[in-house]
Amino acid sequence: MGKDAISNHIRNLRFHHNEMTQQQLADKAGVTRQTIVAIEKGNYSPSLELAFRIARVFGKSIEEVFQYDDKP
Amino acid sequence: MSYQEKKIFVSIISSILIFTLYTLYAINNAEEGSITSASNFSFWGSFILVLLPVSIVAKIIIHIGFVIFNKIATNEDEPSFEDEFDKIIELKADRISLYVFFLGFILSMVPLVANLPTYLTFLVLIFFGFLSDLLGRIAQLYFYRKGV
Repeated sequence: MGKDAISNHIRNLRFHHNEMTQQQLADKAGVTRQTIVAIEKGNYSPSLELAFRIARVFGKSIEEVFQYDDKP
Repeated sequence: MSYQEKKIFVSIISSILIFTLYTLYAINNAEEGSITSASNFSFWGSFILVLLPVSIVAKIIIHIGFVIFNKIATNEDEPSFEDEFDKIIELKADRISLYVFFLGFILSMVPLVANLPTYLTFLVLIFFGFLSDLLGRIAQLYFYRKGV
């Protein structure tokens, strides 16, 4: 359940931002750490608004953080 | 285990405990024949009316105890807000609860049309009320672990 066509590079981006913790990213994006964990695992596809907020934390565009694989 | 998962786990255990203990108490203190009476339903009325406030107060006390114990044991604070992930999980769990309760409501009508004892209607209603709450919590736990 929840595993869908949207993948992301959040783990990698956190690593390249001074090993940012999930809690730090959660605080900056205005969500709980649990939500970041679920998004990183691919268990939850965030809303468009949250996807923008996460991308802005890393100074990237949405498509540099999230990918949509249209093959089922 | 995340804070939300721990909170739901405690809630499941407390629901089972409160319901079981209250049911045992009510049955032991019931007047002779009042449970199975076909014309006087005051036992069932008072069972439901008292269960609701008792359950709410007990859950609040258990939640406060959990927050304090968890803070001491893990130094972890309760999240100060619910985000979109929490809300979508809550909505999905509430929907499951509603379906289960509705199924129970329909089933509770069966004794009335099948000439079975009337107290079975109340038994089914109360049991499915408890079950709907329990399954809603279990669904929440599942969604937090497996995603939505």
